[in-house]
Amino acid sequence: MSAAAGDAVGEVVGSAVGALSGDAAAQPDEVAAYALRLGDDALVLAQRMGEWIAAAPELEEDVALANIALDLLGQARTLLTYAGTADGRTEDELAYLRDAEGFRNVHLVERPDDGDFAYCVARLLGFSAYQVELYARLASSTDHTLAAISAKAVKEVAYHRDHATQWVLRLGDGTEESRIRMQAGLDAVWPYLAELFETDELVARLGDVAVDPAGLHEPALAYVRGVVHQATLSVPEVAVAPGGGRRGEHTDALAPLLAEMQALPRAMPGVRW
Amino acid sequence: MHGNDATLDEPADDDPAFLALIDDDGRVEPRDAMPQGYRQSLVRQIAQHAHSEIIGMQPEGSWIGRAPSLRRKAILMAKVQDEAGHGLYLYAAAETLGVDRVDLLDRLHAGKQKYSSIFNYPTPTWADIGAIGWLVDGAAITNQVPLTRCSFGPYARAMVRICKEESFHQRQGFEILHTLSHGTTEQHEMAQQAVDRWWWPSLMMFGPADDESPNSARSMRWGIKRFSNDELRQRFVDMTVPQARALGLTLPDPDLAYDEATGHWHFGEIDFSELFDVINGNGPLNAERMAHRRGAHERGAWVRAAADAYAAKHASRSAGTAA
Amino acid sequence: MSSRGWPLWEVFVRARRGLAHTHVGSLHAPDAEMAVRNARDVFTRRSEGVSIWVVPAAAITASSPDEKDAFFDPAGDKVYRHPTFYEVPEGVEHL
Repeated sequence: MSAAAGDAVGEVVGSAVGALSGDAAAQPDEVAAYALRLGDDALVLAQRMGEWIAAAPELEEDVALANIALDLLGQARTLLTYAGTADGRTEDELAYLRDAEGFRNVHLVERPDDGDFAYCVARLLGFSAYQVELYARLASSTDHTLAAISAKAVKEVAYHRDHATQWVLRLGDGTEESRIRMQAGLDAVWPYLAELFETDELVARLGDVAVDPAGLHEPALAYVRGVVHQATLSVPEVAVAPGGGRRGEHTDALAPLLAEMQALPRAMPGVRW
Repeated sequence: MHGNDATLDEPADDDPAFLALIDDDGRVEPRDAMPQGYRQSLVRQIAQHAHSEIIGMQPEGSWIGRAPSLRRKAILMAKVQDEAGHGLYLYAAAETLGVDRVDLLDRLHAGKQKYSSIFNYPTPTWADIGAIGWLVDGAAITNQVPLTRCSFGPYARAMVRICKEESFHQRQGFEILHTLSHGTTEQHEMAQQAVDRWWWPSLMMFGPADDESPNSARSMRWGIKRFSNDELRQRFVDMTVPQARALGLTLPDPDLAYDEATGHWHFGEIDFSELFDVINGNGPLNAERMAHRRGAHERGAWVRAAADAYAAKHASRSAGTAA
Repeated sequence: MSSRGWPLWEVFVRARRGLAHTHVGSLHAPDAEMAVRNARDVFTRRSEGVSIWVVPAAAITASSPDEKDAFFDPAGDKVYRHPTFYEVPEGVEHL
């Protein structure tokens, strides 16, 4: 692997990843905070999806899920790299040297799926439906780097959404057992969807740099509901989970995920790998 | 293309016309008449090769979640994904011979078919991922390149694709070890220990010595194998020794010496008793690898069944027109 | 179908516009929609294609190896179909 091939970030957005600067109306540290939350979502879900490689229901699906994990990891790398330009941290410093309280991802992506394929595709459906709406709008961000990252990512997540859709349809409208399992997967994921669409002051202050997630709720959920109905399943009526990931409050699933992911760089800090 | 109706009038194993085709460097295609021994031999070899790819995902897959940088994580994910793809290409090549992938997987899960014993060794440190890429993939590539000219068309074609895709696998392993070797003392140690662990097992990947390898001669007569185990092993050693020097790492063989007369690296005696032990399922991780594999397959059964049921219900739906 | 595993599909990929679809391999999938998606994931992850066909392996009709001689040998002696068969006087161009 040459250094050129290794620098995926540069490849992804070409020259678009510049350092954050104060030339736009937005504060660089606030743009960085925004990029960080999107990057953390992608990184943590990539880590979860990576657990499926060599454990999928069929070989073809191993390959498909790995593609999705790789797309998400690529998004995470560009977003974290960009976020890091605000204070000179690298993608790896951000990924490996923050504790759970420092992560800004939503709870949906950190929940363990414990090898339950129904949970895996239910989560992917909800998350990618959100991401499609998000990136489609963020491609017009006044921040050129965020716009470039989003323009590329929207094509990737459209495929993820399609993949999840195909599976929810097959599992929902497959066998009696799969219908029960798929409904249970949706029920388990559903309480965590609301957090994706919570707005806060950071987003409000960023104006046209960011996308207000509250505005994504209707189109994303309309898509998901459509798939659920077509799959002959019911839209869950369950209480919303508390959330708080954007403020660094996490479920007890994140710390062990990070402990595994970060073990080596933490044990031997400051070295090249 | 598949048409799995094996011809009934099979030629004998030493059929002169079949051997003449092989001698002429001709290719055998799935629906051609072929000796039963040739077919069985290929099914066994291709299946074992495919099983090795998918079991081989495990030792490296266990490090995807722990890769020490995001760049390394992406590379490793892509590599393990390739191995799934390669298993898939190989099962498809085997299927052209009239067997089904499900049956081959059943035989793997029942312990009736083998996979390469190398994957029964553990990967305790990150450096093992480097050593697997450099040595295990290096040995595999040495084995596989001549298979691109194998007499059986579908196997040869699968190997062309696999060799092309694997070209980055060995390099990424070399790069991991190079970085570690030139890092801190602790990292260098980690790299050296991994190489010490993987060197002899990777030499054993070429199989027993030629005079101890009962099937080798027949495979060579049939153009499945193009070079003997010992020839390929020597080729690998000759390529690898200078690379070790470039890495700044040593190979754990006191007898390793360059022979001016032959132009080859002489290496020490291989302790095959360990290999046979590992082949027979006594490897450190055989049970764990099989349990993981069976577990994934069994946990996926309801998913595969659901997709079948859905397809049956929606069979009338027409696909797009080809254009 | 059924417990014996998903059916086999043959995959054809157009490497780039202007070229025909070429057979690249096969895979298993429960139905056509999944087959074309699996083909995308398995066979084009290094940008190998711009268009994919999938065909159920069972739908392919092949010529039989037993009829190989009757099918293909008769074409062997029709040398006049090839331009090299003809003598062209020296100096004549664009023919």
